[in-house]
Amino acid sequence: MPDTPAFWISEADLQRLFDCLRAAGFQTVAPQVRDGAVIYDRLDEAAGLPHGLVDEQDGGYYRLTQHPDAGPFEHVAGPHSLKNFLFPPQETIQQWRRQEGSWQQLNTQTAPEALAVIGPRACDLAALAIQDRVFLEGDFVDPFYQARRERLFLVAINCRRAAATCFCHSMNCGPEVTAGYDLLLTPVDKRYVVEIGSAAGEQIAQQLRAEATLCTPADLTLARKVSQTLAEQMATRPHTPVRRALTTAEGTPASTQPDAAPVPRSLDTENIRDLLFDNLQADRWDEIASRCLSCGNCTMVCPTCFCSSVQEVADLAGDEVTRERHWASCFTLEHSQIHGENPRPTTAAQYRQWLTHKLAGWIDQFGSSGCTGCGRCITWCPVGIDLTEEVAAIREEAS
Amino acid sequence: MKTLASTGATSPLPPWQYTRARIAAITREAPGVQTYALAIDEPERDRLLASQPGQFNMVYLPGIGEAAISIASAPGEHPILHTVRAVGNVTNHLAGMTVDDELLLRGPYGNPWPLQELVGADLIIAAGGVGLASVRAAICQAVVNRQYFGRVAVLFGAKTPADLFYQADCEAWQAAGIDVEHIVDQPCDGWNGPTGFVHQLLADQPMTAATAIITCGPEAMMRALATAAFARGLPPDRFWLSMERNMHCAAGFCGLCQFGSEFVCKDGPVFRHDQIARFLEVHQL
Repeated sequence: MPDTPAFWISEADLQRLFDCLRAAGFQTVAPQVRDGAVIYDRLDEAAGLPHGLVDEQDGGYYRLTQHPDAGPFEHVAGPHSLKNFLFPPQETIQQWRRQEGSWQQLNTQTAPEALAVIGPRACDLAALAIQDRVFLEGDFVDPFYQARRERLFLVAINCRRAAATCFCHSMNCGPEVTAGYDLLLTPVDKRYVVEIGSAAGEQIAQQLRAEATLCTPADLTLARKVSQTLAEQMATRPHTPVRRALTTAEGTPASTQPDAAPVPRSLDTENIRDLLFDNLQADRWDEIASRCLSCGNCTMVCPTCFCSSVQEVADLAGDEVTRERHWASCFTLEHSQIHGENPRPTTAAQYRQWLTHKLAGWIDQFGSSGCTGCGRCITWCPVGIDLTEEVAAIREEAS
Repeated sequence: MKTLASTGATSPLPPWQYTRARIAAITREAPGVQTYALAIDEPERDRLLASQPGQFNMVYLPGIGEAAISIASAPGEHPILHTVRAVGNVTNHLAGMTVDDELLLRGPYGNPWPLQELVGADLIIAAGGVGLASVRAAICQAVVNRQYFGRVAVLFGAKTPADLFYQADCEAWQAAGIDVEHIVDQPCDGWNGPTGFVHQLLADQPMTAATAIITCGPEAMMRALATAAFARGLPPDRFWLSMERNMHCAAGFCGLCQFGSEFVCKDGPVFRHDQIARFLEVHQL
């Protein structure tokens, strides 16, 4: 919506943003600190945003550090993503009751609440577009995802820093937010340029804009510059992932200066589908398996992983049945289990399934990579397995 | 080209919408294997019956779970036939059910056998164990449209002579001009037939430029059959196989049935060999 004027808001105006969204009927979801990490949950007060905190991330490493000057959105990707809200970890999809030998489906579905999520980044919106293709654009539509998706309002944020785990630039998913938002906030010093991306966004903007300063073309150039500067930083930093010791001998983080020298990863995606499918028997898979705990963390934090299974929860008599859909992980035996045999019984086979699906099979299935370069799987891997490093190793083994 | 009468487009029930079905009859076929004749409730009966050979239904027992089961009956035939080996949670519970019990069904799903494409071909239909259920509808269609195919052979292998089922069907198929061959790998007294595995029956089958093979059975059996067929000069694009993976949602949402780039539930279960050859040769994919 290029002809809708962008405008400035201050940090103090963020509360008005929350209030306008709630007045419009949305539950507001925003980043906040819990258990030492920035997660997303319901939040009504802008004061609850993670002000003054920066997340330092690396393979198997996540720490929040105090930076009094940091605004509420200086963190980057945390363990949660939009997936947690549109395709929740567990949900009831059906209830059945047996009466006189016949099954009746109970009408328990209620319309989901309309959610306004404040804070998703370019990689999060890219992940959402990928999940849309899975759940909405195939032969069938997932009714549960669809109902929540239709009621979603997105206030996206442009990143102005990257963690060492970030490689959205490699996946063409960031760092700049270019589409898929209702409102877009770009932090410039202590203020935000607000841009409008949809009719729903315009409705909220009308209320916010009342007392605001409209942006001049120069202001918008300033906003674009935020992403351009970050993109340049990400692209010009060394391409070889640098593994640093997670902690020093004293047990403290090796670096507490988040901006001192974060080295964003990069992933060489050239011909990656054939690279992986031509090397399904590479030695590297076994080498990875010697480190991988097959815990499934990577699949849980991945914003695009969509595997799930439906569990039958019955009362003792078996007459009242609730069906719970929950996230599944290709790192479990149950994932591939068929009668009497398991096609992927080893960690090497499971990791290979995960990586080749994400980076190769996905392209055949949905026309794009399943990876956005958010780096969550690197950070939350307890042993710091880094997919960018593994792809590079497979490329090297193949050459 | 002849359009096979009973091949029609399907409009499956989406996940997770079911129709009620009542067990109208149970036929014991072999140890652990039974055929369930399912009478489908109106109003969705026509959707369930508009199946194509090689497709499957999801059989749902609330509180127990759901299983993907091949449709053994010919398109349009009512009640629907499902021949099931009791081997998992759902199928074992099914084995404990009786006539008039109710269950829930959704379907039909999946990529069918390419029978229309094979009009004029010499068909070899090979099955191992309960895999015969998955090709039964295709054989029925070949019988009905017998004049539109060349030579048609059914090669059926099982563990023991007691595991050979559909005996009445086999006789009817033979009467309809189809060559039916049996083989077992664990013979017993009184077994006069050949001993070994399905691919060994291929040696006696003529292989022509018009030959095409469709097969369903254990993966090892299908691999051995492919190797034997290709050694005799069959091009891989004349070989179709029905794969089995953990088909859970049947819609491509749940991800559990993935095999390489394929969702076995919707891209399969029937695949042409050359389309998945790079995945078939990989151990534990």
